[in-house]
Amino acid sequence: MENLKALIQRQSGNIIYRFASIKKLLNFDKILKISLFISAALVLGIVLGFVVTLCVASFDFLKSVGFSSLLKDTWNPLTDEFGASPFIFTTILVSSLSLLLSIPFSLSIAISLSDKKGNKLLQSFLNTSLDLMAAVPSVIYGFWALFTLSPLVRLLQTKLGFAPMGVGLFTAVIVLTIMIIPFSAGISREVIKLVPQELEEAGYSLGATRYEVIRSIILPQAKSGIIAGFILSMGRSLGETMAVTMVIGNFNAFPKNIFSPANTISSLIANQFNEASGLHQSALIFLGLILLVITLLVNLAGAFILKGSRR
Amino acid sequence: MESIILTIKYLNVYYDNHQILFNVNLDVPEKKITTIMGPSGCGKSTLLRTINRMHEITNMARTEGEILLKGKDIYTMHPEELRSRIGMVFQSPNPFPHMSIYENVIAGYTLKGIRLSKVDKDEIVERSLRSVGLWEEVKNKLFKRGTFLSGGQQQRLCIARALAMRPDIILLDEPTSSLDPAATQKIEELLMKLKDEVTILLVTHNIAQASRVSDYIAFLFLGELVEFGPSTKIFTTPENPKTEEFISGKFG
Repeated sequence: MENLKALIQRQSGNIIYRFASIKKLLNFDKILKISLFISAALVLGIVLGFVVTLCVASFDFLKSVGFSSLLKDTWNPLTDEFGASPFIFTTILVSSLSLLLSIPFSLSIAISLSDKKGNKLLQSFLNTSLDLMAAVPSVIYGFWALFTLSPLVRLLQTKLGFAPMGVGLFTAVIVLTIMIIPFSAGISREVIKLVPQELEEAGYSLGATRYEVIRSIILPQAKSGIIAGFILSMGRSLGETMAVTMVIGNFNAFPKNIFSPANTISSLIANQFNEASGLHQSALIFLGLILLVITLLVNLAGAFILKGSRR
Repeated sequence: MESIILTIKYLNVYYDNHQILFNVNLDVPEKKITTIMGPSGCGKSTLLRTINRMHEITNMARTEGEILLKGKDIYTMHPEELRSRIGMVFQSPNPFPHMSIYENVIAGYTLKGIRLSKVDKDEIVERSLRSVGLWEEVKNKLFKRGTFLSGGQQQRLCIARALAMRPDIILLDEPTSSLDPAATQKIEELLMKLKDEVTILLVTHNIAQASRVSDYIAFLFLGELVEFGPSTKIFTTPENPKTEEFISGKFG
């Protein structure tokens, strides 16, 4: 009897031991580590591969035409003239203008959405509309801008004495502004919600009004996050293609005034990629690379501002 | 008998259709420490927040009855004016993280856009920090962030921030609940010193603290003011059996 008990104990001990060794074999920590490493490496690999492909494909252009042509302002693929400065200029102009225009709207929306005492029904309605705005495909925005916005712009142009074209820089800026509002407002809303309730209450308890609390407590607290949100939105508007292509007017030169047609880098690529080959194609790919670099620089600037404001 | 600075008459408070306070009547004596004590959830904080109308900020509480500050109905005043006359200190220290110690003290003025001369500012900062016993500790780092201070120091900074407005009353909502015993003791000693210049209304569920610092005690239970009287009387010969049960630790 005693022996049997000892035997069972020994056997069960063995089983437990074996089970433990299986567990050791399937070291979940290690599996997690490896799988995390693989996914991280994959992301890095894709980005690197992307940049390498762009570089290789634009090599033709760089070899035969050269980097300096970027500074010229004549774009004529038939005569191998690839002056890209108008497109780089327009890209930065259009996204900066739309960013500036969107700031007051996004901030007001974000503030009213994070108001804890606000009308809940109205807020949820506004929230849903904002999400919906973000989900609308850009081609729909372009379509709307072409058929609704541009006739209005034409009216304005007639009033102001410009040629009534309807499409152009102005229309593109307006539609981009509308498109980035849900992004910048959404991020700002989340950042503002993170401001601790106690700080707001501390402000009110000192006799501050709602406006004073927003101006001197909530906005300074949320500043870095709000800036980051706007920079991210700018990154998005830099690359926005479809809607801009549909309303910017496809004109390969510097815009002469706020209403004149133009082309951003992305709208140029979208307009010409179909019929491009050889050197022309290589030039477009190189412009794509330039756009990537600009976007990267904007994001780095954002990170830099963020770092500065935290200090 | 001391003069009465704040009178609460037949106060009923409701959140939605849920009644929090029932017919509360209370006379708060001037320049004394009056403690509102009671178990958790009895409506202490609600009562405190009705006094400076902070309950209007977060949720739509409905109030009935009257609260008179020096004889004037607080519901006829602007809430902003009322709140600069009745300061408040919260459960956990909440100095403004984006401001220095100096800016925190005068935050009440800067928030409201009141411009002060440098001399006035310096004077207010030094006076307020001295009265909370923080001046010697921080006078060399006035322009560092207030959040670098210890918890107890931060809470004293918050008291200084409230005092800087020269309020008639300061309301303290369990001001030591997040502090260690040493910091708690400092705050308690500070409160006893401060009552010479300002009326103090303290909320606590800590019976020992109530007995250490209070001149008067209001015992609140399930939204009703069970008993109010001088601290010594409440702790030696309470009239209501509920009060006795609470101070002897039978519940709470």
